[in-house]
Amino acid sequence: MKKFLWFAAGFALIVAALWQCKTKGAAGASSADAAQKVYVAPGTYDEFYNFVSGGFNGQVSVYGLPSGRLLKIIPVFSVFPENGYGYSEETKAMLMTSHGFVPWDDEHHIAMSLTNGEQDGRWMFANANNTPRVARIDLGTFRTVEIMEIPNSGGNHSSPFITENSEYIVAGTRFSVPLDNQLDVPIETYKENFRGTVSFIGIDPKTGHMNLGFQVLLPGINLDLSRSGKGPSHDWFFFSCYNSERANTLLEVNASQNDKDFIVAINWKKAEEYARAGKGKVKKVRYAHNIYDEKKHMATTKWEDEVIMLDPKELKDFVYFIPCPKSPHGCDVDPTGEYIVGSGKLAAVIPVFSFTKMQKAIAERNFEGEYDGIPVLKYDAVLHGEVKKPGLGPLHTEFDANGNAYTSFFVSSEIVKWSLKTLEVLDRVPTYYSIGHLCVPGGDTRKPHGKYVIAYNKITKDRYLPTGPELAQSAQLYDISGDKMKLLLDFPTIGEPHYANAVPASLIKDKSVKIYPIEENQHPYVAKGEHEAKVVREGNKVHVYMTAIRSHLTPDNIEGVKVGDEVYFHVTNLEQDWDIPHGFAIKGANTAEILIMPGETQTLMFKPDRVGIFPFYCTDFCSALHQEMQGYLRVSAPGSNVPLKYGTGSPQPPQ
Amino acid sequence: MKNAIPIMLLLSGFALWACGGGGASSGNDKDTPTALTPEEQMIAEGKGIGEVKYVELKTPLEENRVSRGKAIYDMKCAACHKLDDTRVVGPGWKGLTTLRRPEWIMNMITNVDIMLERDPEAQKLLELCLTRMPNQNVSIGDARDILEFMRYNDGER
Repeated sequence: MKKFLWFAAGFALIVAALWQCKTKGAAGASSADAAQKVYVAPGTYDEFYNFVSGGFNGQVSVYGLPSGRLLKIIPVFSVFPENGYGYSEETKAMLMTSHGFVPWDDEHHIAMSLTNGEQDGRWMFANANNTPRVARIDLGTFRTVEIMEIPNSGGNHSSPFITENSEYIVAGTRFSVPLDNQLDVPIETYKENFRGTVSFIGIDPKTGHMNLGFQVLLPGINLDLSRSGKGPSHDWFFFSCYNSERANTLLEVNASQNDKDFIVAINWKKAEEYARAGKGKVKKVRYAHNIYDEKKHMATTKWEDEVIMLDPKELKDFVYFIPCPKSPHGCDVDPTGEYIVGSGKLAAVIPVFSFTKMQKAIAERNFEGEYDGIPVLKYDAVLHGEVKKPGLGPLHTEFDANGNAYTSFFVSSEIVKWSLKTLEVLDRVPTYYSIGHLCVPGGDTRKPHGKYVIAYNKITKDRYLPTGPELAQSAQLYDISGDKMKLLLDFPTIGEPHYANAVPASLIKDKSVKIYPIEENQHPYVAKGEHEAKVVREGNKVHVYMTAIRSHLTPDNIEGVKVGDEVYFHVTNLEQDWDIPHGFAIKGANTAEILIMPGETQTLMFKPDRVGIFPFYCTDFCSALHQEMQGYLRVSAPGSNVPLKYGTGSPQPPQ
Repeated sequence: MKNAIPIMLLLSGFALWACGGGGASSGNDKDTPTALTPEEQMIAEGKGIGEVKYVELKTPLEENRVSRGKAIYDMKCAACHKLDDTRVVGPGWKGLTTLRRPEWIMNMITNVDIMLERDPEAQKLLELCLTRMPNQNVSIGDARDILEFMRYNDGER
């Protein structure tokens, strides 16, 4: 009940804050000085790439900072008709799961690959919350190249946070579920039958390929967010959790009873040793592992069937619980690796824990008891201190390189800057409105780049021209180079951004791939030149080996296809120049168009449903004669004897 | 035809010389506006613009170059250039090696964006074809093989 009152107070404050902002808000903060700081002249580049998770759009969007210009949308867990992702024959397998093809997901967090605790610009990882998956994006091609399903999981929220040398990314369960063979159980047996797990997914340092190393079995708590240790705490991973009450209904109230929930500290090095020594139990599971081959230009699904499970009740001394006030959300580790910041979203303080003290408490077995067989450390023994009266509804914390922390406050709609050393509040700025995540360039790593903090707000209201009931989510850029934070810019975002990373452009821009060399194309249906263009019938499957170059398709006249056939248009783009994609679409296709990058082959499958002539054409404006880049497919009745015939003609003299 | 080329080159060299002066000339030559920059010199000689300054041609043809050139042609060029004199997207290749200097051909293949920007002959072709010749990511070595295949296509042996 007490917490219920907190909620009520919170909402009252939101209303008050919104009302206040209406009167004093929008204009005041910015100035000509701000305009100069975010101005990126035409033809010049931004200083940072800002990779922003898309939330319910299942994508990652890429902005330039400080301009806030949208540079790219990368489809990850959702189909993308704009370029055929999830529709083309090559990319369908990326979205395969043990539940079949899943065309959408809710993507919350991203994590850049790290070397020695610093951003290295190689890969970006992302999580799917709904049907638990993790993905890897290649930052040479800005494409999703790998997606792995997570077994024994529900609600993959505390993911894909990463260790300092990209040894592992993690996947922790927000929704505990029954495991093994005890699947069909009454929901009210939650406490006995539901379990949480944390998956440690190994990353191959050369190829980036993921491999499910092991899982740690936990009680049915809701794991929320996570961070790996740094420097001295390198071997550890920290997870916030709520619902230590283990409620299974009306969690809004029932999971807000306890005065404290936990931060779960896992020694992943020790867990890895247990797993390697064969101390875990091998569990039979089934999950999809999808990899995109950038030479074959095609994804394939591999079915995996085992996972090693480590139970901390049996294998001792690698999992500990730290009491943390009131439903902690963010769980962030400072650049030195010494401080762990727990953000109790219903708490009046921000507790900051000390890694040194945690080590001492473990050595002295300074426990206040056990929770489901796992030792619970004493709060005071681990606490570095509390930030008093920081604001309402703390969610997430990022850091600069000068010992300062920046915490987002959802309920009081602000960013608060405070000192890790003194725990004093140094500055606060309003956000418009109700900030969720925030991001300082490199602010989650051992080497923050500082300069800006970006707020990703949950509520937009009156910030932009109205667009009906649904509005773009607003992001805001603040200058943090001085003592006081200064609002510089609002920019709209797509989807619902959760976590984001900002990365110096120099780490990525020069290795951006421009073309796929046609010589290296290993697609089974490639046509390396028009002399290889052809149409081949195999039963009711018709394979069209088609080429595209400015400004014609070969073949562009095809006859002999019948209703009931499956026609596969394998289109190879023969261009070898940057930024010359071709597109392909045909009337009546039940898929989306495909975009084909220079040197690439992509396939659109078409099942004609009626007799007639079906026009097809290039959908991506490519040249002065783009409108002429078209062709016809003749579809005849089943059983007709129209022979297979195809080609692109030669120039005809004018009539 | 062959004899006509040097005369044409002389004439175009003269034309360039005549309108020289306002153009980009290197620092040392400031006082002598009539001197050609190295690039202008290349253009005047009909060699185009690019890294290829001089090509040595051998007779008889180098057969391995011809076959490699044919394979590259099939993959990267054939969609737009026929081997006879019909123009499709780009001009047919028949007679090309007698019309253009080998350096011009190789620079056009390997440095097409600059050629279309600054070489008068390349610009005339763009006006005719209206489709920019694509950069097909061909190395200078590969362009040399293509050139040998062009000579073969023009009947040299």
